Amino acid sequence: MKVHNTVKVEFESRSVNESFARSVAACFLAQLDPTLDELGDVRTAVSEAVTNCIVHAYPDGIGKIMMRIRLFEDNTAELVIRDWGVGIGDVKQAMEPLFTTGGEERSGMGFTIMGSFMDGLKVRSSVGKGTTVTMKKKISVRVSGK
Amino acid sequence: MKVTARYSSGRLWLGLKGELDHHGARNSLIIIKSRIEELLPRDCIMDFTDVSFMDSSGIAIILRTYKLMNELGGRLWIENVPTQPMKVIDTAGIDRLVGITALSGSVQRP
Repeated sequence: MKVHNTVKVEFESRSVNESFARSVAACFLAQLDPTLDELGDVRTAVSEAVTNCIVHAYPDGIGKIMMRIRLFEDNTAELVIRDWGVGIGDVKQAMEPLFTTGGEERSGMGFTIMGSFMDGLKVRSSVGKGTTVTMKKKISVRVSGK
Repeated sequence: MKVTARYSSGRLWLGLKGELDHHGARNSLIIIKSRIEELLPRDCIMDFTDVSFMDSSGIAIILRTYKLMNELGGRLWIENVPTQPMKVIDTAGIDRLVGITALSGSVQRP
């Protein structure tokens, strides 16, 4: 499938960058003319993935997060959020609803929301090397009438 | 995320404004917890009218607030929830725990 457009952005694992990442994704996807609901879904999923990196990937300090977005000719967006942090030992367990290694501030719903709001979710991780989350969203093609 | 509190006759109203994400969650929870522990309300209403965005960090705040009110024997209501936060709440399924009103005015009660 042909890629029409790509953006890649790197930022530090600071919580203030969660809003920035959401804005980048929404701004880049705007060229596909998404509905407000579709934009909301993507912003939410990006927020969950980036927050996971910030909360879990670098417990001893600040690290790097990379987000790449590719837009395909069939109006599908692929979003990859990657970190080079501690990694997830048991990805299947981590993706179970309500499971979290965070404190009372965490609900354990991040992966559930990503999977529910997006049209595809893949998580690859290696302990000590980092985690890559790949998500897809099909943006509806709106036909304008005359 | 900004939290405004008003109290009257056993009812604590909490107005939330802005983006309810991990970045704003900790401070919001500190304010909410301190108000509840100070005022010991019978009812707590979280007003989401001005919440422009929420992710699962907001779910954690709602659940924590629900737990605090439950420990007091009180009740929690969430009112005027816009579309995007409501979708997150629906996905988490917490409408089974707390009374929720959507921004459109349709009422869901447990």
